[in-house]
Amino acid sequence: MSLLHWAILAPFIMAVFVPFLRKKAATIHTGWFVLILPVVLFGIFLQYLPVTMNNSSIIQTASWIPSLGINFTAYVDGLSLLFVLLITGIGALVVLYSIYYLSKTKESLHHFYVYLLMFMGAMLGVVLSDNVVTLYMFWEFTSISSFLLIAYWYNRDRSRYGAMKSMLITVFGGLMMLGGFLVLSIMGDTFSIRELAAQAPELNNHPLFLLAMILVLLGAFTKSAQFPFYIWLPDAMEAPTPVSAYLHSATMVKAGIYLVARFSPIFAFSGYWFWIVGAVGLFTMLWASFNAVKQTDLKGILAFSTVSQLGLIMSLLGVGAASLHFESLDDNIFTTAVIAAVFHLINHATFKGSLFMVVGIIDHETGTRDIRRLGGLMSLMPVTFTLSIIGAFSMAGLPPFNGFLSKEMFFLSMIQLMELNLFNVETWAVLFPVMAWIGSVFTFIYSMIIVFKVFTGKFQPEKLEKKPHEAPVGLLVSPSILAVLVAVFGLFPNLLSYSLIQPAAAAIVPSIIPPGEHLDVHISFWHGFSPELWMTIGVITVGILLYKFMPKWTGIYDYFPGKVTLNQFYNSGLYAAERGSNAITNAYMTGFIRSYLVYIFAFFIAALGFAIWAKDAFRYDASAAAPIGLYEVSLIFVLLAATITILLAKSRLTSIIALGAVGYTVSLFFVIFRAPDLALTQLVIETVSTALFLLCFYHLPKLSRHEEKRRFQAGNAIIAAGVGIIVTLIGISAHSSKLFASINEYYIENTYKKAGGENMVNVILVDFRGFDTLFEIAVLSVAALGIYGLIKLRLEKGGETNENE
Amino acid sequence: MKTNDVIFQTVAKVVFFMIIFFAIHLFFAGHYYPGGGFVGGLLTAGAIVLLLLAFDIKTVQHGFPLDFKWLIGIGLLFSAGTATGSLIFNVPFFTHAYNYFHLPLFGKTSLHTAMLFDLGVYFVVIGVTMTIIQTIGESE
Amino acid sequence: MEILMCIVAGLLFAAAVYLMLSKSLLRIIIGTGLLSHGTHLMLLTMGGLKTGAAPVLGEHAAAYTDPIPQALILTAIVISFGVTAVFLVIAYRAYQELGTDNMEQLRGMETDD
Repeated sequence: MSLLHWAILAPFIMAVFVPFLRKKAATIHTGWFVLILPVVLFGIFLQYLPVTMNNSSIIQTASWIPSLGINFTAYVDGLSLLFVLLITGIGALVVLYSIYYLSKTKESLHHFYVYLLMFMGAMLGVVLSDNVVTLYMFWEFTSISSFLLIAYWYNRDRSRYGAMKSMLITVFGGLMMLGGFLVLSIMGDTFSIRELAAQAPELNNHPLFLLAMILVLLGAFTKSAQFPFYIWLPDAMEAPTPVSAYLHSATMVKAGIYLVARFSPIFAFSGYWFWIVGAVGLFTMLWASFNAVKQTDLKGILAFSTVSQLGLIMSLLGVGAASLHFESLDDNIFTTAVIAAVFHLINHATFKGSLFMVVGIIDHETGTRDIRRLGGLMSLMPVTFTLSIIGAFSMAGLPPFNGFLSKEMFFLSMIQLMELNLFNVETWAVLFPVMAWIGSVFTFIYSMIIVFKVFTGKFQPEKLEKKPHEAPVGLLVSPSILAVLVAVFGLFPNLLSYSLIQPAAAAIVPSIIPPGEHLDVHISFWHGFSPELWMTIGVITVGILLYKFMPKWTGIYDYFPGKVTLNQFYNSGLYAAERGSNAITNAYMTGFIRSYLVYIFAFFIAALGFAIWAKDAFRYDASAAAPIGLYEVSLIFVLLAATITILLAKSRLTSIIALGAVGYTVSLFFVIFRAPDLALTQLVIETVSTALFLLCFYHLPKLSRHEEKRRFQAGNAIIAAGVGIIVTLIGISAHSSKLFASINEYYIENTYKKAGGENMVNVILVDFRGFDTLFEIAVLSVAALGIYGLIKLRLEKGGETNENE
Repeated sequence: MKTNDVIFQTVAKVVFFMIIFFAIHLFFAGHYYPGGGFVGGLLTAGAIVLLLLAFDIKTVQHGFPLDFKWLIGIGLLFSAGTATGSLIFNVPFFTHAYNYFHLPLFGKTSLHTAMLFDLGVYFVVIGVTMTIIQTIGESE
Repeated sequence: MEILMCIVAGLLFAAAVYLMLSKSLLRIIIGTGLLSHGTHLMLLTMGGLKTGAAPVLGEHAAAYTDPIPQALILTAIVISFGVTAVFLVIAYRAYQELGTDNMEQLRGMETDD
């Protein structure tokens, strides 16, 4: 366990103490304590920056399950460090924001921060794990904490629905991914991502390669909300806004991006990778931006916009895979795509984070997020307005913000595709820039909607729940920091170029960088009237026109049928699954105890009977048997007589006494068969339990036969006879074939030597097999307390009615 | 279950002590002769049940002013404690120890940690049996 | 003797199963009691019968009966006592609350009617 491991585990450890902080220091908002952790972690990880800037990495291993080759290996390189800084940096800002967003008195803060810390730790684990098994474990942790955070306001239907949906979809993807990991580990005989990447050329020719790739991509696509799995993200917006800003835009949904980037060295050489990742990403970008425009909920717009931006990054990673097919680094134009992906990842985290926080402020101050009810807030909330302008313009790709730069690089990469002569791209190449351009137009439109529908237009105070005013300073700090970053990264992009982008990009495509060389990631603000600049200008003009005349063309959304949407598919699928399993379960779970016993006994007869028959296991050998004595035979007759009495008894008293008779006879058997301890215990137990039966006697029902039908009885008799016969057969066979010597010699020898006792049975109970006895008395205690509860709880609750009976 | 049978009550009192002594004897004999915590506990419980039958629950509760549920806990604590105690001596969980002593009057006597464990069993069995019977009895 | 005891245990099992499959609660409880008796006898038989003295070293015998089944049975006896007690209380509480001991009426599926 090194510092790195402790850093990953720190949030989990902190989470344990949060509930106590909430109790002990109730006057201080719990968030202030939690805030310390991401800030400290951010500082710690910042120190790794010089290491990764040299394109070197740090590996630290702690054994977890060494026998299976599963180790907790923490691995820091450019890519993981970028994500770690995002997680801790944005995490700190989100916690700060949440302190003012969530009321100390009204909300159950300890839940919130426990989940949030759990998520933070899980996310750190995902991006720092080199071992696929630990990666998977942390991956599912993020799904679970996301589920808990979405359902934070669990008394709302929509929250629970959204939480369930995100859980089902992301866990489905996670399981697929686990499958992919296992296939990979079988192919490469290792769980380490680095070692797998080292074998990439051999893996490429493996017959299972495509299967592993598709399974891993399913995990990435579900997590990063790519088409057609994106449907969970809009519903996840039911979470508190700090959560949406953190999980569902800046970090968790980027885990899929991370996965694709991390596995690029293994898969990216393949043409399938290029096509699947590129096409799915680009289509998602177009489809989601198109759908974002018709949303009326501000967070809904942001959700679709997040999906669209994730698609953009994904497509860049797909296109960037083409760079692997170039020999020399200098004329390798597709490194632009990889660099753009990393750059846009950072940019998206900054501008989308600030936009989410702005929307949270609007929601907090006006009580609604519906753009039809909002408007004219500019003069009332000037700071918020400025922040939203910066965020939205960056998202739309307008200068001088960072979104402009990465959007230009995105266009450039797509245009460059037309020059590519790999993977049969030629005929389709022109579609890439076209789709990218159309998607960007819609991106521009919804960015404008966020700003101008809310802050300009007619102010409608009558539709708002609260009287809007500017947010308190505390709420504005975090989005302001992010907005400043948006502007700074826009004006001075090369602050990031060599510190973060280059190491991260190098980690995605390590094979094309010769030793000693660096990727050239100089990002320039102005590079002449290039095609990509013309595309941006086109986006702006067309976007403004379409925004102005929006009512004229939004009718096209009506042409998309509402019945066959993916959501409909999900809902009806879930409904059918629930109904189906309910019907199947009800078919055999009859609620009648006899049915269950019949299943059990029928299975008993069938399985053991079949085994005896198939294995020819029946043996009969009475040579070792003890002689039959007169006492025993007479006892057997008594026993059978008592048993038959029970079967035929008409009154409950008879059957209870007959059962007692059986018990006493059994204890006599114990006497004859030299088991004095058993005989004693059985005698006393029989007395006590008969007393118990009699105590309950008055409360117990009359022994009614309930008019069992002949067929019912016959069926019971057959099953009973079957069980009896099987038991007898097994007993006789077991007696007749001694496969190995009894272990009783050990006990006979050692009872005195090792345990200093003489009564073997007792010594076995208290010494040799003390565990049995310990658990046995534990079971007895549970039984006693259960009985106590069964009887006493009623007296307190139902009181009178029961006592009068 | 009220009864004024004086003879039965007097006999029950005497028999109760006889059973108790027999139970305690059985318990201590456990390691060498038939007996032990289970039988001892059950017999002790049986003796108390006998008193329950002869008198009534309130009288018996007066005579034994202890909550049998506590007895369960104490017993479990004894047993688990004996098992855990071995950890202090850096031997595996559940390692028992015994030794022989020469005491005046008694002569050669052995002391076992197993006896402590069995004492826990004894308490649990009394506690469980009495809890069950008492709660059922009280509910009438 | 062992063969005979196996048959006896089998008969006890058969009777127990028959009782457990009936509709009346009390019969089911008595069935479980019989089942445990059958199991105990079977266990004891498996260790061999009358092969030596009682497993107490004080007997100074040349051979002892197998102590292991006896230890197991001792545990089982006490556990089955606990189980019977719980069953009894559940039965009597169910009867008190619901007024029937017919398992068919105790299905608790009134929503499906």
